[in-house]
Amino acid sequence: MPAQIFHDSDADRAFRAGWASRRIVIYGILLIWAVICLFPIYWTITTSFKAAPDVMKGNLIPWVDFVPKWLGLRSLGLSPETITAESTVRDEFLKRFWNSAIVSVGSSSIAVILGSCAAYGLSRFSFRFGFMKNSDISFFFLSQLILPPVVLALPFLVLYKELALLDSRVGLIALYSLTVLPIVIWIMRDQFGSIPVELEEAALVDGQSIWGAFLTIVLPIALPGMVAAFIISLVLTWNEYFFAALLTSSHAKTLPVMVASQTGSQGIAWWSMAALSLAAILPLIIIGIILERFIIKGMAAGAVK
Amino acid sequence: MSSAEGEYLHVVTADHVSEQRRRTGRLLIWGSASLLGAVILAQILNHYEFADLGFSNWRPTLYAYLFWATCLCISQILLHGERGKRTLFILPAVLFVVSMVVFPLIFAVGIAFSNWNLSSPDGRQFNGLENLRQMWVDDFYWNALKNMVWYTLAIAVEYAIAFGLALLLNAQIRARKFFRIAFLMPLMLSPVAVSWMIGKSMLEIRFGPVARLARQLGWDTPSFFGSPEIARLTIMVMDAWTFIPFMMIMILAGLQAIPKELHEAAEVDGAPAWKRFWEITFPLMLPVSVTAILIRIIFKLKLADIIINVTAGGPGGATDSVTSFIFREYRDRSNVGYGTLLAIFYLVLIVIALTVLMKLAERWMKPRY
Repeated sequence: MPAQIFHDSDADRAFRAGWASRRIVIYGILLIWAVICLFPIYWTITTSFKAAPDVMKGNLIPWVDFVPKWLGLRSLGLSPETITAESTVRDEFLKRFWNSAIVSVGSSSIAVILGSCAAYGLSRFSFRFGFMKNSDISFFFLSQLILPPVVLALPFLVLYKELALLDSRVGLIALYSLTVLPIVIWIMRDQFGSIPVELEEAALVDGQSIWGAFLTIVLPIALPGMVAAFIISLVLTWNEYFFAALLTSSHAKTLPVMVASQTGSQGIAWWSMAALSLAAILPLIIIGIILERFIIKGMAAGAVK
Repeated sequence: MSSAEGEYLHVVTADHVSEQRRRTGRLLIWGSASLLGAVILAQILNHYEFADLGFSNWRPTLYAYLFWATCLCISQILLHGERGKRTLFILPAVLFVVSMVVFPLIFAVGIAFSNWNLSSPDGRQFNGLENLRQMWVDDFYWNALKNMVWYTLAIAVEYAIAFGLALLLNAQIRARKFFRIAFLMPLMLSPVAVSWMIGKSMLEIRFGPVARLARQLGWDTPSFFGSPEIARLTIMVMDAWTFIPFMMIMILAGLQAIPKELHEAAEVDGAPAWKRFWEITFPLMLPVSVTAILIRIIFKLKLADIIINVTAGGPGGATDSVTSFIFREYRDRSNVGYGTLLAIFYLVLIVIALTVLMKLAERWMKPRY
């Protein structure tokens, strides 16, 4: 066997060792942070299957530490043996869930429709309303983001009372659309800005009207941005608590309000609270896993020019 | 904030609008406006009991307003032709925002200078500057404002962590998608659910896993909401946990937009990693960082859900944010007037602070070479 002629120099070997240890540090930090992010979710899921002694002993791993039971889901009337039976808790829960779904989807849709049109107009035409030019109108829209909800909350409480919109889904939808509209406009303005004007010019030359060109040519291209805007609006409106707590009482109460109202009264029935919290976060966890691409795209809008 | 003003679409159209059509348009606007006026007048008469017209609420005014808004939109096309069609892109959104923000804000200013207990039958009573005087001596409100300053300062730490995580995610790693989804998760969770999941169960002093961990690490009597400082810190950590992903993703997007050649060139020149970061990455990331921090500040100023649900401002108002304070103020005394004044004062402070901050950021970001 011939002697090896080429060796790695000492510097190269040191480099390799340094590289390996750096890898370990990087993956170590990433894993620790992933645990920090995911453990609360894991804890909530497992707690909804734990009986009281399991919670007190701090058992963590199902089937090893403790035997999972259907406690949490049963308390919501959703476990296998109670799903067919009558359950007032389940009816209540489903009503809140349905309210949340309608309000968040409705307000996100309105915000995306209004916001897309406005963003398109602002990115394509120059307007003049009195002293307001395009940049002023954009600023007017985006500045709504600064407005803290608490400023609007009490006036709306009084206004809605006069308009008989208190505790109604329509009232919440209108208010939520308002809160997410600036975000939609922010994302969509970015999206339309990246679409070349020549496309519409060609369509106009071909005899399309301006709305025809917008609906048939520009919107399909801008669809990913609209999906991103829609999902981010959905996340914000599904989770919204402050307005819902003030403006709804029995009929239009949303899921977060239900979760919040149970925290105090339920005491030590941890499995039931865990199941309820889980139900409140599960839809968005699923959306987050499936549509992560769009969420990241939406949040990155405006970050990169 | 930056503006994304691309090229405008220049359209030349023969806007010939016949006199007949123009007249229809004007008729539509003024007709519906006078209908709105008539409805408002009738409702006011009814409200002050000059005439009993049988209105139980102000809904008719709302419908008349919606009708007027629709007519205004339609008549844009009638009056201005093609130009009207272009106006129609932004007019609905403008009308929506104006009626939902500007009108209630004016209304809010009116409420702010009155004593209005919603549960008392007296109704609204104008009391001039009485609310302002009350605010001046309300220690809890000033304490809440002071807390907001602390909460806002915590963003610096959040930013550092988010930047570090973004750098790691931008490195050559496997399972990047898994880590990205995992890191994104906290942002998707409802703050109310988080309040229970973390604040009430994981931080529970006896059985909570975090308390258990703390005991193992040598903190014998862990208490996360006992002393004011620790309670405030706990709230900061929980809020940071939710919002770090947001900053992280914005910074990650910025990092990915930096051309690789810059790093390669610096590496070839023998610049050590630390120096590469401070001299290349960090300066290039300044605009993105400023945007991310500004948006984060705006969101931080709305902080309330977690506080309302975990500590309710306690112990002794140490964790109160302005929003949660006003929320409780309303819940406890149902005084709309005083709460609104506090909120408007807060808004004024925010607008001043953010304007100064944006001006500073603009000056700071200006290229110096």
